[in-house]
Amino acid sequence: MTYRDRTGKALQALEDVCLTVDGRELVVVLGASGCGKTTLLNVIAGFMSPTQGSVYLDGEEIKGPGAERGMVFQTHTLMPWLNVWENVELGLKFQGVSKPGRREVAERNLALVDLEGFSDRPVYELSGGMQQRVGLARALANDPAVLLMDEPLGALDALTRENMQELVLRVWRETGKTIVLITHSVEEAVFMATRLIIMSPRPGRITDTFDLPFCRDYLNCGEARAVKSDRRFIEMRETALNIIRKAQR
Amino acid sequence: MPLALQRSKDTLVRDARNAFTLQRNATGGERYGVPGQGRSGAISVLAVTSLLLAWWTTAELQLVAPLFLPHPFSVLDKFFVVASEDVSGSDLLGHTVASLSRILAAFVLACITGIPIGLAMGVNRLVCGVLDPPIEFYRPIPPLAYLPLIIIWFGIGEGAKVVLIYLAVFAPIAMNARAGVRSVSADRIHAAYSLGASRAQVFWQVILRGALPEILTGMRIGIGFGWTTLVAAEMVAATVGLGHMVLDASNFLVTDVVVMGIVVIGMIAYALDLVMRRVESSLVPWKGKM
Repeated sequence: MTYRDRTGKALQALEDVCLTVDGRELVVVLGASGCGKTTLLNVIAGFMSPTQGSVYLDGEEIKGPGAERGMVFQTHTLMPWLNVWENVELGLKFQGVSKPGRREVAERNLALVDLEGFSDRPVYELSGGMQQRVGLARALANDPAVLLMDEPLGALDALTRENMQELVLRVWRETGKTIVLITHSVEEAVFMATRLIIMSPRPGRITDTFDLPFCRDYLNCGEARAVKSDRRFIEMRETALNIIRKAQR
Repeated sequence: MPLALQRSKDTLVRDARNAFTLQRNATGGERYGVPGQGRSGAISVLAVTSLLLAWWTTAELQLVAPLFLPHPFSVLDKFFVVASEDVSGSDLLGHTVASLSRILAAFVLACITGIPIGLAMGVNRLVCGVLDPPIEFYRPIPPLAYLPLIIIWFGIGEGAKVVLIYLAVFAPIAMNARAGVRSVSADRIHAAYSLGASRAQVFWQVILRGALPEILTGMRIGIGFGWTTLVAAEMVAATVGLGHMVLDASNFLVTDVVVMGIVVIGMIAYALDLVMRRVESSLVPWKGKM
């Protein structure tokens, strides 16, 4: 997946962004607010077309939103008039898959995000963390080539957020999806990324790239706190933080 | 003074000699939150009862002539009289049915036209640009102001009455349908597109469903507006209807029938609102929760 783009009319949100994401990578884009990371994700998702440059998925140019790029948003994008499993099967319904098949896929993906037994619950009765898990299952049910996550954990409390980071990593391992995740939490970015992309604002551009081992460390040992309190992790976190601080000045 | 927290409602108070004494505090459990919290049902019952009592006392002591304020019992008596025999051309049931069918006809027409037009205004810039000025212009005009024009155009038959009520109901329904479309979040629409929805699917399965709470609110406000316009509509050469009954009674200074009619009109308005609220909470149980 390659793209170079330049967006915005008066305001240039992105400049000379060039990024290639390989299969099974978990790319995390980190930056202060206003650095254009959401614009970048919207361009990949196809909600905006770049004013210059283009985006390719498996050699094909992206010209609009599509089911092969699943999206997980920060909040409130579930359909409250549908219950949990109807939300998860929605993508398949849009694409005309018959009902029995849809139910089976929905149940499988709900199990993947630890929500077995919640199928028939109305979504507005679920907690914020559970709603985000339904959102993740919904995106996965379409079996997309890439999963795009726009600050998916931003609205959650600290404890739920840590649990969700681990859940997303386990889902990533089990499904083998390519993930592009956006966050403004430095610790989250360093913990989850196989490749960390740091962006700086006005105009948004990529300043640094790091290949990181911490998410695999976690998946091997299963102890998130151990990974996060490791000296190398803390050093990397401070390095990333300093880059962002310098860029803001 | 050190902060003292205690389990009882009593508080420690430092007296003149700098010693602590226990003060009994009867009003504990005060909260500094949103003003106006709590149930007000019992207060309302009390308020209505005292109002009725004041009315009854005034009439009983004959402080005001019955022409201006009839006795509550004579109003109640008129209710049973009109329920069984014809007054102003029909009995109470006949008047009520006539008024309700006018409202219902206007309401159904307003829904059939107002909801699609409002939705079209919400999703299409051209439709919105064309229809917004006329609707926003006529919406705040009191129906009595354009009543003469309606008579000139539509005559004095049933049609004119329904048109007048229809105009009152249409604006809130269309405006709320439009607001409903706008209230659907961009993220929710984006989510649907990235799940593979077509434009038609986004409209029918996301925008329309998402606009439903506001559409229902519009319908509730609309039916209320329509009912408000009822008396104005029935001033147009009506021979039957609650508004007509009140107007006719006032011509002959039968104040107890006037008051009885007003009470019946008010109670039906309240019942209509209650029904619409029920419909809302059963069709959109998620309202305000997401």
